[in-house]
Amino acid sequence: MTEIAFILNGTPLSVAAEPTRTLLDFLREDRGLTGTKEGCNEGDCGACTVMVTDETGPRALNACLLFLPQLQGKEVRTVEGLAAPDGRLHPVQQALIDHHGSQCGFCTPGFVMSMAAAHATGCRDHDDTLAGNLCRCTGYAPIVRAARAAEEAPPPDWLPSFTLPQISSGGTVSGESPSPGGAAANARPAGGPGGADSPPAAGCRPTSLEELARLYEAHPEATLIAGATDVGLWVTKDLRDLSMPLFLGAIPELRRIEEAAGSLRVGAMVTISDLRAALAPRLPGLADLLRRFASVQIRNAATLGGNIANGSPIGDTPPALIALGATLHLRRGETRRDLPLEEFFLDYRKQDRRPGEFVEAVTIPTEAPGLRCYKLSKRFDQDISAVCGCFNISVEAGRVAAARLAFGGMAGIPKRAAAVEAALLGRPWTLATIEAARPAFAEDFTPLSDMRASAGYRLEAAAALLVRAFHDLQGHPVSVLEVEA
Amino acid sequence: MSLGRALPHDAAPLHVTGAARYVDDLPTPRGTLHLAFGLSPVAHGEILTLDLDPVRRMPGVVRVIGPGDLDPMPDCSPSAHDEPLLAVGRVQYVGQPLFLVVAESHRAARRAARAARPEIRPLPAILTVEEALAANARFEAGPVVWEKGRAAEAIATAPHRIEGTMEVGGQEHFYLEGQVALALPQEAGDMHVHSSTQHPTEIQHKVAHALGLPMSAVRVEVRRMGGGFGGKESQGNALAIACALAARATGRPCKMRYDRDDDMAITGKRHDLRIDYRAGFDDEGRLAGVEFRHLFRCGWSQDLSLPVADRAMLHADNAYHLPAVRIESHRLRTHTQSATAFRGFGGPQGMIGIERVMDHVAHAVGRDPLAVRQANFYAPMGQVGGGRAADPAGRPGALPPDPRDISARMKEEETEARARLGAEEVDLTSRGAEAMEHDLPPPAPEGVQTTPYHMPVEDFIGDALVAELAERADYARRRAEIGDWNRQSPILKRGIALTPVKFGISFTLSWLNQAGALVHIYQDGSVHLNHGGTEMGQGLFQKVAQVAAAELGLPVEAVKITPTDTGKVPNTSATAASSGSDLNGMAVRAACVTLRDRLAELVAERHQARAEEVRFEEGRVRVGGADLSFAEVAAMAYQARVPLSATGYYRTPKIVWDRLKGRGRPFFYFAYGAAVSEVAIDSLTGENRILRADILHDTGTSLNPALDLGQIEGGYVQGAGWLTTEELVWDAEGRLRTHAPSTYKIPACSDRPRIFNVALWNRPNPEETVGRSKAVGEPPFMLGISVLMALSEAVAACGDGSIYPALDAPATPERILAAVRRQRG
Repeated sequence: MTEIAFILNGTPLSVAAEPTRTLLDFLREDRGLTGTKEGCNEGDCGACTVMVTDETGPRALNACLLFLPQLQGKEVRTVEGLAAPDGRLHPVQQALIDHHGSQCGFCTPGFVMSMAAAHATGCRDHDDTLAGNLCRCTGYAPIVRAARAAEEAPPPDWLPSFTLPQISSGGTVSGESPSPGGAAANARPAGGPGGADSPPAAGCRPTSLEELARLYEAHPEATLIAGATDVGLWVTKDLRDLSMPLFLGAIPELRRIEEAAGSLRVGAMVTISDLRAALAPRLPGLADLLRRFASVQIRNAATLGGNIANGSPIGDTPPALIALGATLHLRRGETRRDLPLEEFFLDYRKQDRRPGEFVEAVTIPTEAPGLRCYKLSKRFDQDISAVCGCFNISVEAGRVAAARLAFGGMAGIPKRAAAVEAALLGRPWTLATIEAARPAFAEDFTPLSDMRASAGYRLEAAAALLVRAFHDLQGHPVSVLEVEA
Repeated sequence: MSLGRALPHDAAPLHVTGAARYVDDLPTPRGTLHLAFGLSPVAHGEILTLDLDPVRRMPGVVRVIGPGDLDPMPDCSPSAHDEPLLAVGRVQYVGQPLFLVVAESHRAARRAARAARPEIRPLPAILTVEEALAANARFEAGPVVWEKGRAAEAIATAPHRIEGTMEVGGQEHFYLEGQVALALPQEAGDMHVHSSTQHPTEIQHKVAHALGLPMSAVRVEVRRMGGGFGGKESQGNALAIACALAARATGRPCKMRYDRDDDMAITGKRHDLRIDYRAGFDDEGRLAGVEFRHLFRCGWSQDLSLPVADRAMLHADNAYHLPAVRIESHRLRTHTQSATAFRGFGGPQGMIGIERVMDHVAHAVGRDPLAVRQANFYAPMGQVGGGRAADPAGRPGALPPDPRDISARMKEEETEARARLGAEEVDLTSRGAEAMEHDLPPPAPEGVQTTPYHMPVEDFIGDALVAELAERADYARRRAEIGDWNRQSPILKRGIALTPVKFGISFTLSWLNQAGALVHIYQDGSVHLNHGGTEMGQGLFQKVAQVAAAELGLPVEAVKITPTDTGKVPNTSATAASSGSDLNGMAVRAACVTLRDRLAELVAERHQARAEEVRFEEGRVRVGGADLSFAEVAAMAYQARVPLSATGYYRTPKIVWDRLKGRGRPFFYFAYGAAVSEVAIDSLTGENRILRADILHDTGTSLNPALDLGQIEGGYVQGAGWLTTEELVWDAEGRLRTHAPSTYKIPACSDRPRIFNVALWNRPNPEETVGRSKAVGEPPFMLGISVLMALSEAVAACGDGSIYPALDAPATPERILAAVRRQRG
């Protein structure tokens, strides 16, 4: 059991729980707060959306993929806690009623919370903020009407502002310190000091990079938990017991983004949302791709390090980062090493990561005006790539001077298209060259057929994306999104 | 007046605050147990051993029930008694329940359910319609064939001919709230069941049967569902039965909810099918004859497949007069989930066939598909050949009176059904398609066009509605402009299409077209409303409350909406077939009229007036100079010992149907609509978007325009999802690979049309329905067909016009790209 302190709908709580207890189960089963719904238990439907506020502000998150220790020191607001104590509704709640935004109502609490979080942060791209909430009844039109109608309403005065006055800088809850000392404040397992010499108990939250390095080196069997958007499924879907969960959310160094000349060094625990914001002015093509990385709720939780370290062949950041020539920074104990990201992925779900070694940061080159990133999936939003193709091509004097092409969904790992690159390099940057390079795709890739696409489609579409990149770089319209009725 | 007002859903304030309770939200008594099924990993096989000891040893397990523990094995089928609760001897699909775990928590039950290692000897599995056809694995002895005229001859002698094949995928309901039931054991063995079901009476019936109790000992309650869409018409039976059995066995309350993967693995979906077609036509594209062959993949059990496939045949004409037609329908048995009811109930599958034919014919004759569609429309209402004339007041002339008294006929049909099946266990509550002979309706009046099943089409408004929509949507100009745009856009292409909908309203199993209601007025004037319909988000409760409020002259807030309860209104039909407000609205109206008449009589007597003169409006009761509050009148009636509770009952008139012959009048009336969809495709990747949709839909005189608009918008998007992103994929072993939202993609927010104009036709139903409204639950779903046809146009624009795109559904990027490739050779 782990002790966790957080604020739930304005009330400070101190809870002893299994470290892999999800917020959703806790709310519904332990607190009787049944407004938050389980629609899929895998972070895809958004019916369990809650608003979590910390020093960075309010965010929508999926309660089904949040383990309680991830909430240490934060404020959680559920649909039950959104209206004023006297019953006045939040503007988004009232707008949903006025615009007939609920039918069966089961998805509605999740929509309400996504809309409230967007309202609080002033985000008005409703297609984006609601992409992680599925509704099967309304066809979404009345929900978007409601979101628009509530845009101008001032934030309700009964909700706390972002500064979280209730939470002190040490992360403890004022007025209810669960136990004395910083260790308890950071939710060390109750009853154990948790030093490097004694095994860390379940639910441990190291607070510095040094501590993590020490712990993980000593206990390589531990399960590192970053945003839990993937590891969460091991619990909710595979019903597994995690071995020694180590939560990485309290390590400030891992959350840093440092700028250097022509690159960003991004800590492993930087969320996809924060990464997207940082990249938007520098690499707009990649930032656009990240808009299609799952949903707001997932991007608010998922981290860059997690997306790389889990080694999925269909993670959406590695192809772009490989195309950019990103460098991975790994650490084991006091030993650090750097390697080109593409060398990290060895085989399906097999990475060049040693026991006790973890991803500390990634250095991303940001000088790549020719970078183009495309994702193909059955559904535009919130889907997993059938193919993700990223193209970093430089053309000088009409010829291909440099080309880094990387793909997801085409092999057991995110992979560069070496043969295609070779077929392009030094040749005139023309459709004829691209046509001539087409057979090279089959040299680079022998993709699988699965529920997302057939091998044939993958090969054909991967080549088509290179054609798209060509037209795109010429400034031709290439996206159905640009077409207007 | 509450009728016709755009009031919000009655539960909207509860929805937005999280206070609306679904079954899994109900506070449960101490000691409630949780259930999970262990599932078959094999599509077809013989169970050699099923060792459940490892399951019993799992933490938190209270009891494990295997097939050997149940004798007789309870049946979950809504029709043919072919769905044992647990597989006996043989498994029939991947995901079939093998055993039942009863545990202290939901998670413990789920974990334990995975601990079994059943030994199953695989047998050859039939997974596709082609395999089923080859093996003659089917329900019913052979295909059902309905004919009108001589189609083969008409096709052979027509100036032009086409033929083709179309694959149409199934669809997962993806109700956001999964299947769930909670059984609370009562004294003396009675059972109280909360179920997320569209069909409380069937749950009651199946639970009673499983427990060996009379139906009177089982009470089923449904406050609301988190979506149904047909998926909760029969698919909740297994959970309710399991909970009731476990509750009886343990004496403790038992709850079961499928987690999303189990829900998708276990339960049935919309039927996928293959449609083969041939058509003969003239230079204008006017059809002379059509033949369809439907190959329905029904899955392992019969469930509702027969009436679903029937309804597909009943919609093979859609809005078009087919002078000669032959429809052959195969209901094929496969080792997959048992396909079931889904919004439209076969209608979409039938309709998409003729829309495909229209599209194909238009391509063949090189005309605008809209012109071809219009050339084939049924003759309009009020025109020679088009049935009844409208009278000067706009009301149509009366139809001939019913040939026979409906109640007597219903009684006869029931007796007949029982005799025919020779069983005491005929489930008269279900939509199983028991076969019966019926008298035929009177022949169609001279010159009136008939459907392929010989029903006169007398209320056709598709022509006028389509003309108005084409005008509003600026169809002709936009189509020309899109053509120009496509010529200068090599990679991106646009397409536009208009398709109509004509959807038959009534259950095709005639006796289901009845409903009951129970209305109480308390002595303080408050009103308690109950009826047999269930609320799944469609706003039925609000509409019916509006009917009650209108009849009693009260504001709608004065009417208390209460959960559906088999203890209050018995023998209900499923809330299905779009019939909810037609049937229950009328039943409630009848009850309210009874009560109002009683009150009017009392008030009239007290004030020396005639009862007809008493007016009920705005919460007041007025006659002559008297002006009383409704509450005063209620108190007065109580003291005068006037009964303040009434039941109401309704049955749909005029319907007569013989499904085997394919003749009769299965529908009370038709609901109409049309949509114009514009799309864009990327010819490099097959990606696509809906750019704009314009809809005009016939709801009769709308009972609540806001709720109706919601049904139309939502139905359209759901229909578009069926035909675009929603792809069900089974592997070669018969495992469903798309069993969660991570892999099965219903439309998301940005998939809705960017421009979305929806309007109501809003003219009275010629038939006497409640408020002259029309049913609206299912018909708008089929407006989504316009998206597939628009995609077909966009694909055609990638070629020189010589090759018909023949786009299958769902039109995923992959299918679109393949179709583009065919265009480009």
